[in-house]
Amino acid sequence: MNVLEGIGGGAVRGLAYLGGLTIQGWMGLRATPRVLPLVGKRGRWRAALRQMAAIGVEALPMVATMSACAGFILAMQAGAELRRFGALKYVMDTVAVGFTRELGPLLTAFVVSGRSGSAFSAEIGTMVVTNEIDALRTMALDPIEFVLAPKYLAAMITIPCLSIMSNAFGILAGAGFMFITTNIRLPMYLRYVANSIELRDVFTGLLKSLVFAIIIVNVGCLEGFRTRGGPDAVGRSATSAVVWSTFLVILADVFFTAIFYLVRKG
Amino acid sequence: MADPAISVESLTVQYGDHRVLDGVSLNIEAGEVMALLGGSGSGKTTMLRHIIGLERPTSGTVRVRGVDINRCSPKELRDIRRTMGVAFQECALFNAMSIEENIALPLHELTNLADPVIEIMTYMKLAAVGLGQTAKQMPQELSGGMKKRAAVARATALDPEILVFDEPSAGLDPIVAAGLDELILILKRAFHMTILVVTHELASAFRVADRVAMLYKGSLIAVDTKDAFQHSTHPRIRQFLDRVADPIAESTAIQDHFRELAGMAGGQK
Repeated sequence: MNVLEGIGGGAVRGLAYLGGLTIQGWMGLRATPRVLPLVGKRGRWRAALRQMAAIGVEALPMVATMSACAGFILAMQAGAELRRFGALKYVMDTVAVGFTRELGPLLTAFVVSGRSGSAFSAEIGTMVVTNEIDALRTMALDPIEFVLAPKYLAAMITIPCLSIMSNAFGILAGAGFMFITTNIRLPMYLRYVANSIELRDVFTGLLKSLVFAIIIVNVGCLEGFRTRGGPDAVGRSATSAVVWSTFLVILADVFFTAIFYLVRKG
Repeated sequence: MADPAISVESLTVQYGDHRVLDGVSLNIEAGEVMALLGGSGSGKTTMLRHIIGLERPTSGTVRVRGVDINRCSPKELRDIRRTMGVAFQECALFNAMSIEENIALPLHELTNLADPVIEIMTYMKLAAVGLGQTAKQMPQELSGGMKKRAAVARATALDPEILVFDEPSAGLDPIVAAGLDELILILKRAFHMTILVVTHELASAFRVADRVAMLYKGSLIAVDTKDAFQHSTHPRIRQFLDRVADPIAESTAIQDHFRELAGMAGGQK
């Protein structure tokens, strides 16, 4: 009985969490146009620009390094196997397709969730604890529009951009591997890569990274808004923001990859 | 007669089994300063949070200038909030913005004034609370008293009709606290604001208030002019006014506990 109760309670809590995410996500999407330049509220887009610098520009060195390393690792692992069949040139396909469809968006999502997801929840959590969110509400300012929407817009623009950079660095690392092992030079490598990836791969990858962006912002902000208590609660929400967004990113990835797989097969 | 500025009717708030407020009714007339007194845990902060519409009551109504803030449209609520300024106990200044930006924020967000006008208004508000020199500083660089005054400047940025203070003098030295009291009186005289001050500082309450209300364990035990309040014979009010401690140290349970700690046989009298 207790086991069943535990499972049921957990399921209800999980569904309530997803419900909270959905409502907040929808409210955030509705508030996002007010952050756009020209059509939005005056000056609000400056907040979005600051967020873009924090989420995107400052994460670029880390995304680039991680992607290059992962690209090289992937090339070496694939090379070790493919070499036995004399099919070393398929390393190029593996790296190119692997990154555009999967690794680029995923690595980017991990970096951003660790860097910015936790920062969102810590920032908003601190604002809750110090009554700043209450102050916003008493001033007739909507915390969703004021705090969440700039992050939303910034993440939806920068995370796909970061994914493209991640793809580029991963594929370039593959070029390094191919040059060392088989002396294939960069122009030839790039020509081969350009033939092996389809535009559809790039688009599905970007669509995924857009979904990851929405997940990371929403989880980070929801954890922040749900913070109750003192400074220790802020730390706890930052932790669970990273844990939950990583978890949900992987779940969404499985879901979307399955859909793309079925569509491609059919 | 005109509607009261704030009208609370049988406000009841219950969290689980714990009843924080039990059918509280209170009218605050336009232009008066009302001090809401009460000890720790009496429910005064809860009452304040309901009056400014941050939380929904279990039952009862809160009307601000005749509008029920829990049943009105979002637009009406926005309009009400624009005419209400709130200075929080912890100041709640936005830590990521300078003092100047903090005060300019409601002006930027809720009015269509041009930037130079907003700048002038911001400096006027800051000068009114004596913070003209610190406009460019960040909140964390200011002392406690200066932060409180900055919070007042922000609360008054849109020239509200109603101003709410949560514990304005908590944690301040007597001189700075007295300065804040004078500031409240100036706001009342110069701008005819309706002011609600939630506090447990008697001296401050009697300095600024026209009328005093006292909460005890979730119920109002007095709503009176400050003179009548000072001469009240209600035992709880007398205890509060005369600073008499609750007899915790005399309860037998605690005495037994101390005996045990001291290594004497538990419960022996």
